[in-house]
Amino acid sequence: MEAGANSDDKMARFERLVLPHLDSAYNLARWMTRNPADAEDVAQEALLRAFRFFDGFRGENGRVWLLAIVRNTYLTWIRRQSPQQNATEFDEHLHTDLELSLTPESDVLRRATVEQVRSAIEALPAEYREVILMRELEQMSYKEIAAATESALGTVMSRLSRARGMLRQRIANERRTEVKQP
Amino acid sequence: MTSHAQSNLLHAYVDDELDLMRSMELEDHLTECADCAQQLASFRALKAAMAAPELRYTASNDLRTRLIQQLQKAERPPVREQKMRSLPWWNWAAAAVCLLIAVGGLLLYSGNRHDQTLARELVADHVRSLMATHLTDVLTSDQHTVKPWFTGKLDFSPRVRDLSADGFELVGGRLDYLDGHSAAAIVYQRRKHVINLFTWPEKSGDESPHATAQLGFNLIEWTQDGMYYCAISDLNQQELGEFVELVRR
Repeated sequence: MEAGANSDDKMARFERLVLPHLDSAYNLARWMTRNPADAEDVAQEALLRAFRFFDGFRGENGRVWLLAIVRNTYLTWIRRQSPQQNATEFDEHLHTDLELSLTPESDVLRRATVEQVRSAIEALPAEYREVILMRELEQMSYKEIAAATESALGTVMSRLSRARGMLRQRIANERRTEVKQP
Repeated sequence: MTSHAQSNLLHAYVDDELDLMRSMELEDHLTECADCAQQLASFRALKAAMAAPELRYTASNDLRTRLIQQLQKAERPPVREQKMRSLPWWNWAAAAVCLLIAVGGLLLYSGNRHDQTLARELVADHVRSLMATHLTDVLTSDQHTVKPWFTGKLDFSPRVRDLSADGFELVGGRLDYLDGHSAAAIVYQRRKHVINLFTWPEKSGDESPHATAQLGFNLIEWTQDGMYYCAISDLNQQELGEFVELVRR
């Protein structure tokens, strides 16, 4: 009966500390895979993994812990999908010149539709997409993002800044194209 | 300040990650640098655009249900997976004894824990009833068929009501073993939502309905005329409440 009581404890703790973050896990998986079916697969696999490794959870931040697992599950998934795509998606030097050509226009951004914002986020390379969505959609602190993405604080900051640059550029361009086409 | 450091500082500033002293320095700088002020306005506008609730995806009920099933499978060996009838009686006796000891132990441990365990057991049972083909043992919308069917199999006679006129269709009944005793599960349906109404004799006095939620399912339990009841469904709290009121009438 001892074992039964322990496994009950494990489930109860998991329900309390990890399961409430299922929406966050799905949100991350959804933005990373960019489609609902794959997102469900990744989120589900991540949660099952999380349960399997739950004994190693030391009571730190449950969401950060879970999102780190979702992210790793996603990385395994994308490697299985196509190694080529993965290589380009994680190219650190892609789009470096974007910020130079920026004309900051807060008005343009303010008038952007949800769909324009969505497609701009989806177009971001994966490493930028994950930090900006953790920051803006999950409201995570720099420290939490660094822990979840297993990167240095400085990396998080520079990726955030680059991600915002790319988003501004893309949204502004779309709005301008829209204006030109009557 | 190099322009790169400046940009990172601006980001940290909009994200509330800058300490007080540096925030004040930056605010001073912003009053005299139109470029930076404009950048800041853009970051804020972008932040506002990304705050649209439509951009945050949430897990579907399907995913939640599937996950709970799999977690429960991973957690404990599937005792109820096989058909009741195909098991020799001593397996059931042994299982019953184990369950009684477990439940007894939990009761001693704490009353509240017992409630939680029971709620989880009820949710698990509800979820299992939704999967595969074990929703009902007797499939009929006729209350006069469901009730006698139970009578031969239980040492109590559950109240079975036809609520189809009120939009809750009677689907059938099922025998269950929960919390250390036999239980009747009466199955209803509203639209696509299945409602399991669990019931068994309970010696304690009447208790008015008490609503809880567990893993995305709504539960309402009460005790009435010597019987314990728990209605559980993924139906919203309000409609499940209406259902309970009809059952209690």
